Amino acid sequence: MSTATLPDDPKLRARFSELKPALGSQAAVIEADRCLNCFDAPCTAACPTHIDVPGFIKRISSGNLRGSATRILDANILGASCSRVCPVDVLCEGACVMHRYSREPIQIALLQRHAMDAYHALDEVPAVKSVAASGLRVGCIGGGPASLACAAELRRQGAQATIIERRALPGGLNTYGVAEYKLRAAESLREIEMIRRMGVEFRFGVGVDSAAALEQIEKEFDFIFLGVGLGAMQRLGVPGEDLDGVMNALELISAYKTGNLRELHGVVVVVGAGNTAIDAANAAKRLGAETVYLLYRRSERDISAFDFEYEHAKQEGVQFLWRRRPLAVRKEAHGRLLLETVQVRQAEGALEPVPDSQFTIACDLLVPAIGQSPLTALIEELRGVEVRDGRIVADLATGCTGNPRYYAAGDCVNGGREVVDAVAGGKRAALAILKAAEAKYA
Amino acid sequence: MPDRNPDLGVTNFAGKINSPNPFWLASAPPTNTGEMIMRAFDAGWGGAVWKTIGEPVMNVSSRYSSVDWEGRRVMGFNNIELISDRPVEVNLREMLEVRKRYPKHAIIASLMVESTREAWHDIVARAEDAGADGLELNFGCPHGMSERGMGSAVGQVPEYTEMITTWVKEKARTPVLVKLTPNITDIRAVALAAKRGGADGLSAINTINSITGIDLDTLTPRPDVDGKSSHGGYCGPAVRPIALNMVQQIMSDSESALPLSGIGGIGTWREAAEFMLLGCGTVQVCTAVMHYGYRIVEDMAEGLENWMREKGFETIEDFRGLSLNRVTEWKHLNLNYKIVARIDEQKCIGCELCHIACWDGAHQCIHLDRVTGPVDGHVDLHETPAHKEAQSRAAIAVTPVTRRERAEAAQNGPYPTPLERIPRVDETECVGCNLCSLVCPVEECITMVRVDEKVAPETWEERTRQGIGSGE
Repeated sequence: MSTATLPDDPKLRARFSELKPALGSQAAVIEADRCLNCFDAPCTAACPTHIDVPGFIKRISSGNLRGSATRILDANILGASCSRVCPVDVLCEGACVMHRYSREPIQIALLQRHAMDAYHALDEVPAVKSVAASGLRVGCIGGGPASLACAAELRRQGAQATIIERRALPGGLNTYGVAEYKLRAAESLREIEMIRRMGVEFRFGVGVDSAAALEQIEKEFDFIFLGVGLGAMQRLGVPGEDLDGVMNALELISAYKTGNLRELHGVVVVVGAGNTAIDAANAAKRLGAETVYLLYRRSERDISAFDFEYEHAKQEGVQFLWRRRPLAVRKEAHGRLLLETVQVRQAEGALEPVPDSQFTIACDLLVPAIGQSPLTALIEELRGVEVRDGRIVADLATGCTGNPRYYAAGDCVNGGREVVDAVAGGKRAALAILKAAEAKYA
Repeated sequence: MPDRNPDLGVTNFAGKINSPNPFWLASAPPTNTGEMIMRAFDAGWGGAVWKTIGEPVMNVSSRYSSVDWEGRRVMGFNNIELISDRPVEVNLREMLEVRKRYPKHAIIASLMVESTREAWHDIVARAEDAGADGLELNFGCPHGMSERGMGSAVGQVPEYTEMITTWVKEKARTPVLVKLTPNITDIRAVALAAKRGGADGLSAINTINSITGIDLDTLTPRPDVDGKSSHGGYCGPAVRPIALNMVQQIMSDSESALPLSGIGGIGTWREAAEFMLLGCGTVQVCTAVMHYGYRIVEDMAEGLENWMREKGFETIEDFRGLSLNRVTEWKHLNLNYKIVARIDEQKCIGCELCHIACWDGAHQCIHLDRVTGPVDGHVDLHETPAHKEAQSRAAIAVTPVTRRERAEAAQNGPYPTPLERIPRVDETECVGCNLCSLVCPVEECITMVRVDEKVAPETWEERTRQGIGSGE
């Protein structure tokens, strides 16, 4: 079974040309030479997976690209996708000492990508230990970054790992949910193909949502890792949101990434101001929408999107409607949507409508993007695993839950952070599982 | 400040060579033809040593290779080119032409012929007839020509150097400079031999025997001549410290000192000033011109002039050799001079290169314990770099995704760098070696501060003399 099963779409590639093109070989070496090679480097400390940044950069400098990629993969098996999707402004590059040196920070992300692209171009696979006699078997539920990192680390150390994914392709949001100009689905799949070749087993189209299914898994595996992410997108809670022409941000992104949505036109309204809202708004623009509004109930100051994402959206031509929220959606005679909105203002801890401030926006697509809801179906079935505010309660350092056979990491624990946080959590859980297994079998 | 502009002119160098400034082109590809030299003079060069004239040779290709360093090209340069491959008559005819058009510039004929008195007498007479202001005897070329008994084959044997210099002096009417090879144990021995032979001046240094590198795909050293290479002569910025040391050796020894034209890695006025501070009356440049062209002389002249004005020097003679008496034998250095490193917390960027350099390359006295509290004393009281690094790697870091998390992550406290990343010097252990200040990327962040007040100076020589005197 190969994991790479998405056809190449030249038109999609053209519409979503890369935001940050790769460095050429000479440019990479020049950039690598700029790195001061700090000791106990702050970039490494800031990275949730603690990639040895100066270590891999100096290997680029010396021409040891394979060693550079190996150094990255030792810390972060999804080094290739993280180099494209990480918000490095608030991580490694944000921590670079060059900021205090009146210089641009080292372009760590592009250098990491340079090393990883070279590695993947050669179809290399990290070394793994042969499966130990004890035959430790771990089932990883969910095929996103947390499970991938957990499974890969387990496999490296000689355990058997199986990823159980309900969708047709692995990778979770890495494959289905990241803006195509940052990370192409094909690139996510190429990276996962490497993990498959390390010996991780994949099962697709298998939903684990009943007590019986879970019982079966408990029988088959020694430990179970939960990397199930979050649930469906939150609903707006306004009348008419189930009409045709309403499609939430993640549905929109996965539809265009998998080739099921090729083109948009007219007016698109995105509701919300997080990073996913911005991804959806930009995507709508690139797919052909003439006008894209982003509707947010608070002000510019309050948006949760990273600054660079907000700047990017402005450059793409997205228009922002601040302090306004939807009231209802209707269909007009010609099939377009009519979105009723109202201005809101802060009052005593809550937002209240401003009188006489209603207006209606005629649009062709309405995209709710106000966050993902906690996952409910599966975790209700988990015995001994505590769930609080819709998040699985797990130890930060080990991922261990209230049930010693269950470990968890990623969005289902942290409520929704970055790919690199999921990778770090998955890896920590793998190491904790190995330790627990050692104690158990010793 | 003097009213007049400083005077860069060179008068009566090695007896009677004059040039509008001390910047000469060394005998090398930039002085291959009359046309090139005239363009160089137009650009501002004060003199030129003609590419060595002798029986024409054949050259190979390729001829050059270089050493790059962290993205900068040509830190060191290497060549296996021989002397001029043009007929003697052509070179001399062009020299006559340059002489006529540029009467005030210094034209020096570099010469190399077979080791017979007749051959040398003949070439000396012809070069002087062509209008040369002086002669430079190429006893330094380390490759190719030396296999034929010329170049450094002469310069490495003091007796040969003296013999040929004597022959040249029998005939020469213009000053004779001997160009010295550095590929010898003590350069003073050859300088002394040239002086005995009657040389009026010296040029130093010629290139250093070198293999610049090996192509790791073909396994052939560079430069590659059809799968083989040959050792070459090394020059460029990398050799300057070696050249400065040899210049100092020659000029500090009254037995060997002669008017000296300094050569070796000079590319700006700063390096020129350094050679002159060690006694050189003129300097010669090649590699920097091969890299950037004749135009570099503009800044060399302006920069030297500005520096002289700042320092109150009116002529080159005002500062020539002023640093010679600052170089001494180690035994005369003050053992009681004590300095320690100080780190400026406002300038520190937190790279911690001083910390790791001090631990792994020096004396383990720069620590990362500002937050945990000072612990002065010997190494075993402190956390090792490995321990520090392991702590960082074990810490759990998360992406700050909310506005509040990002604001918290950006808070540093009173210094531009978080206090825990600013290293601390244990002054009770610091030996004042300078290493931290050398590796620190920030100008004036680490300074070396004197802490030896009230201790009388004492040298090693004084200390050991006392020891013997007290009968221990």
